[in-house]
Amino acid sequence: MELTRRNFLKISSGALLLSSLGINLEPAKAYAAELRTKGAKETTTVCPYCSVGCSIIVSVKDGKVINTEGDPDSPINEGALCPKGASIYQMANNPYRVTEPLYRAPGATEWKKISWEEALNKIARLVKKTRDKYFITKNEKGQVVNRVDAIAHVGSAALDNEECYILQKLLRSWGLVYIEHQARI
Amino acid sequence: MARKALLITPDLCIGCRACQVACKEWNQLPATKTKNNGTHENPMDLDANNFNRIKFIEVADAKGVKWLFVSHRCMHCGEPACVQICPVGALIKDKDTGAVYYDKNKCIACHACKSACPFDIPRYDQGGKGKIAKCHFCIDRVKAGLVPACAKTCPTQSIKYGDREALIKEAKTKGYKLYGETDLGGLGVIFALKDSPKVYKLVENPRISESVAFWGSVLRTLVGRGDSTASTFVKYLAHKSTEK
Amino acid sequence: MTNQYNDLKNSDVILVMGGNPAENHPVSMKWIMKAKEQRGAKLVVIDPRFTRTAAKADLYVPIRSGTDIVFLGGLIKYIIDNNLYFKDYVLHYTDAPFLVDPNFKLPEDLDGEFSGYDPKKRAYDKSTWKFQLDENGVPKKDMTLKDPNCVFQLLKKHFTRYTIDTVSNVTGAPKDKIEEAFKILASTGKPDRTATVCYAMGWTQHTVGSQIIRTFSIVQLLLGNIGMAGGGVNALRGESNVQGSTDQGLLFHILTGYNPTPVASDVDLKTYIEKYTPKTKEPKSVNWLANRPKYIVSYLKAIYGDKATKENDFCYSYLPKRDDTQNCSWLMLFDQMYQGNIKGFFAWGQNPACSGANSNKVRKALSKLEWLVCVNLWDNETSSFWKGPGMDPKNIKTEVFFLPAASSVEKEGSVTNSGRIAQWRYKAVQPYGKSMPDAEIINELYFRVKKLYEKEKGAFPEPILNLTWEYGEKDKTGKIKHVDTKLIAKEMNGYFTKDVNEHPVDKKSYKKGQQVPTFVFLLDDGSTACGNWVYSGSFTDAGNMMARRGKEDPTGLGLFPNWAWSWPVNRRIVYNRASVDPQGNPWDPSRAVIKWDAVNKKWVGDVPDGPAPPLALEGGKLPFIMKPLGVGAIFGPGLADGPFPTHYEPLECPFQENPLYKKHRINPTTKLFGTEEDLFVFCDTRYPYIASTYRVTEHWQTGLMTRHTDWLLELQPQIFVEIGTELAKEKGIKSGDKVIVSSVRGKLWAIAIVTDRIKPLKVMGMTIHQVGLPWHYGWRWPKDGSGGDSANLLTPTVGDANTLTPETKTFMVDIQKT
Repeated sequence: MELTRRNFLKISSGALLLSSLGINLEPAKAYAAELRTKGAKETTTVCPYCSVGCSIIVSVKDGKVINTEGDPDSPINEGALCPKGASIYQMANNPYRVTEPLYRAPGATEWKKISWEEALNKIARLVKKTRDKYFITKNEKGQVVNRVDAIAHVGSAALDNEECYILQKLLRSWGLVYIEHQARI
Repeated sequence: MARKALLITPDLCIGCRACQVACKEWNQLPATKTKNNGTHENPMDLDANNFNRIKFIEVADAKGVKWLFVSHRCMHCGEPACVQICPVGALIKDKDTGAVYYDKNKCIACHACKSACPFDIPRYDQGGKGKIAKCHFCIDRVKAGLVPACAKTCPTQSIKYGDREALIKEAKTKGYKLYGETDLGGLGVIFALKDSPKVYKLVENPRISESVAFWGSVLRTLVGRGDSTASTFVKYLAHKSTEK
Repeated sequence: MTNQYNDLKNSDVILVMGGNPAENHPVSMKWIMKAKEQRGAKLVVIDPRFTRTAAKADLYVPIRSGTDIVFLGGLIKYIIDNNLYFKDYVLHYTDAPFLVDPNFKLPEDLDGEFSGYDPKKRAYDKSTWKFQLDENGVPKKDMTLKDPNCVFQLLKKHFTRYTIDTVSNVTGAPKDKIEEAFKILASTGKPDRTATVCYAMGWTQHTVGSQIIRTFSIVQLLLGNIGMAGGGVNALRGESNVQGSTDQGLLFHILTGYNPTPVASDVDLKTYIEKYTPKTKEPKSVNWLANRPKYIVSYLKAIYGDKATKENDFCYSYLPKRDDTQNCSWLMLFDQMYQGNIKGFFAWGQNPACSGANSNKVRKALSKLEWLVCVNLWDNETSSFWKGPGMDPKNIKTEVFFLPAASSVEKEGSVTNSGRIAQWRYKAVQPYGKSMPDAEIINELYFRVKKLYEKEKGAFPEPILNLTWEYGEKDKTGKIKHVDTKLIAKEMNGYFTKDVNEHPVDKKSYKKGQQVPTFVFLLDDGSTACGNWVYSGSFTDAGNMMARRGKEDPTGLGLFPNWAWSWPVNRRIVYNRASVDPQGNPWDPSRAVIKWDAVNKKWVGDVPDGPAPPLALEGGKLPFIMKPLGVGAIFGPGLADGPFPTHYEPLECPFQENPLYKKHRINPTTKLFGTEEDLFVFCDTRYPYIASTYRVTEHWQTGLMTRHTDWLLELQPQIFVEIGTELAKEKGIKSGDKVIVSSVRGKLWAIAIVTDRIKPLKVMGMTIHQVGLPWHYGWRWPKDGSGGDSANLLTPTVGDANTLTPETKTFMVDIQKT
């Protein structure tokens, strides 16, 4: 973690510490004596939705995200979040996510589970087969083009910069020119 | 210590409903299966899993159209009728902050509080049949020195948390008319308005029925007797008390 | 964005047009509302619909979708006619005084087209779109702005017919509202007032999208609002890292850092450099892109390492080259796929079966693939296209893979916001189930394909075998065990590939392996490698600048120079040299972005656009450093459809002809697609209503993430169509009714939201109804089908003449009660 020390108790935008407002911190009976986030490990993230770049604090206990809320230290959002940003907890704990690779054979009516090993090997084989078959060394004018038009790629603004960078690097090494993503549409 | 409040300024609200989601996130409330009812508003009412929501109000006149976004939730009354009527002390007025919160372990699901509430706020779990559920001012956060989840997340500070007096002063300085400054012992949720409360579909001149205190003492006496039929009888009477 | 989200608080006038920040960038409203509360700023919203942003506006103006150029062209005319432009700024910092070739002709002269149009090619010969040059090769100028061939006079003439009456007639906006909007916006043509604009896809998704943006850029130049705090031209971009993914060149036309992708006729590196390195004879122009050779060579060094040498053209031949006329953009890609020319396809973190315009065509195109790889968090309408509506899986031969990816809290790396701020995010938990971070999946594919080529050879294996890939510890097979994204970030920043003893920039010596401090230190001889020059400075020997969390605000403008890092070189407001007068004094001292310190001979404030002294001083430079002539370009010969923005009707519109220019109904340079799926109509009574697609607060893009987030689905559970009260009455539709919305290409059901927020407009004497629907839904989820399907089933296959961004903001539909 390369975080500067941040005080989680700081309120979102008023910049006042509530404890300095004189609240009696003596626990009442009807609510939990301790916050459910007490003792959680905190990291920061940036919201994966729009392009404002709101900073979010992710609290983790026992390897599970237990709370997400706006990071008051960010000058961009000052602790605030929109409903999408406020819902990141449900992205992290999401029962609908796919947990392992899936494969659908030609003509099949259902998905079936497949190992990463098998999926990746098959895809690599298909990339090579298609690339080798359709690779264009020279165009009709005799100019060297070293490309393949038969494989295309779209994506992704959902990836980190570093991922985008190695992805474009990889795709171009394969000779792809049909490379597009969300920015176009 | 100074009483706390949430100052709601519909003029600043962008209807994003981060407050609805942040409330669910902090309180770990599940989503409700909804449908579109010909409006952006959803859910259409408070329920045991929705402690606050934004009402979307369109007002059209010759000058054009206004689209108002108004928070709907427990008002955290200064003199809460629900606390007065509750026969078991499950509803509690926090003396530090003014928050009206509750102890589900004590609640006997008599639903008297719903009948007493001038804002029709209390809702009940188990499909409306069970124990009380409502905005509790994020009492756990507030006691730990944090801001309630809705106010923390609000992008435009249309929900603002702070010392009640200071918030009132601030809103007045900005030229707003206040709703809830003095009603019912002063509300813990105050609205800063530019128009009449009616336009925002707020309860005009909220009042507590005079019978609330009476029913409260009747129910408490019965509960105090503790015989085996009392609980059923209390529920019966509580329901009777709703037939205003 | 030229500026920052925080900087919105410094504006006096905020125009929201073609955007809807309250719904699509809600936290930006924090700063807009601050400007309103603290500065008394006016928020002007111009939109076919009264949105949640309009609900906060000081002035809302309804407009017919697709007529933005008419509205803004009228504003240009208003500014010029009433002498409201910022004269010193316009004279010194724009090309307004430059003289254009006398053979250049305007649509005023040629009924809707510029000189050089070839109807067969649907393209222009731009030979007359140029400046008159003096004996030194510098454009001739008339500083009185009176010469009929100067840019200013041509601009004035070009917009002659955009009178307020015409604006009202064509856009449908009421005259009094138009005048009020013009008055508010034009009030900022003074040194101490600024206006900004927040736009998004409402401007880009038109056949004239680029020109709409240019129209307002011209307004901002006339008003002197570019480079200023609270000013600029601000695209509120749609995704958390769409800025970054664009910067990293995941588009057919650009490599990293906006270096163009080479085409076939760029036969060698020399040709490439010659063609893409702009030259200038203007002595006061910085012409920053003269540095192109350093950036392209350093890129090649980054990706091909030691293999790239001066002798082998730094492996330039390894880069794939499309044919000169081959456009590989989104619509073309799916057109090729539809025609069976694309066999294998990666949909990585994207759901084109719902996001692609004319989704029926996209879905059919997918069925023609031999293989499809989808990388995502959730199964979606693209990966499961073969069991979608109207598909018979048994007849679909496509082999499909779904690879589950880790979410943003399950990995580490940076994302760049609209304000170009790259922020580092951390891994909080392990990837869900057996999902893997995208970087790991990329690494696996890299390694496996490479192994196959090592073992079996095959077509031109060199680029694959020689690609640099040093991102972590290797296992015994040579595979990187776990990708360290910090090592990638360091490669993007750039490093010295050999010892440089006396660097030409600072005469200091740098060791091999040292990070370059900024792109200023890049060299074109192979002694530096840099994956993306615009990110140079983001991860230096001083550490990861993107992870910084400093909250200092020395200018008081909310620029926060120590919070993360923004490109280029941590500059927060670009073109900031235009915020000062030629002596270096801020036009508005109360909002000084930068200021020349005459005593110490240096700039203070934001990182200036280059260290050179202010224009009027010795060695002074012009402010627009990315433009070869150093000034803001009102005249834009680089565009396909004309150097000045001109109104053309959308491909689908209610009219037989363009009310402004009879000869061309639609943009004369827009590409028209020809498959049986590419139908369109205009002036067709079967489809009488104008429709737009859009987004709402509670969902995002195709809704894949948000439909699977129960809390958000609760807020907006079903596709809806917003219909004005008058039209609903005519059609007997009530709020909450299920209706069928259809275009000539497709149809879908939606729940009607009947509202007073959409009013019919009077356009050219006709009553025009507009409707709108979000594109967040898809057949696959919610599982019970209660959400509906994508609004893109309705949208046309046509795009902007320059970018081919699809025209999904204006098309014609019918609505019927079910």
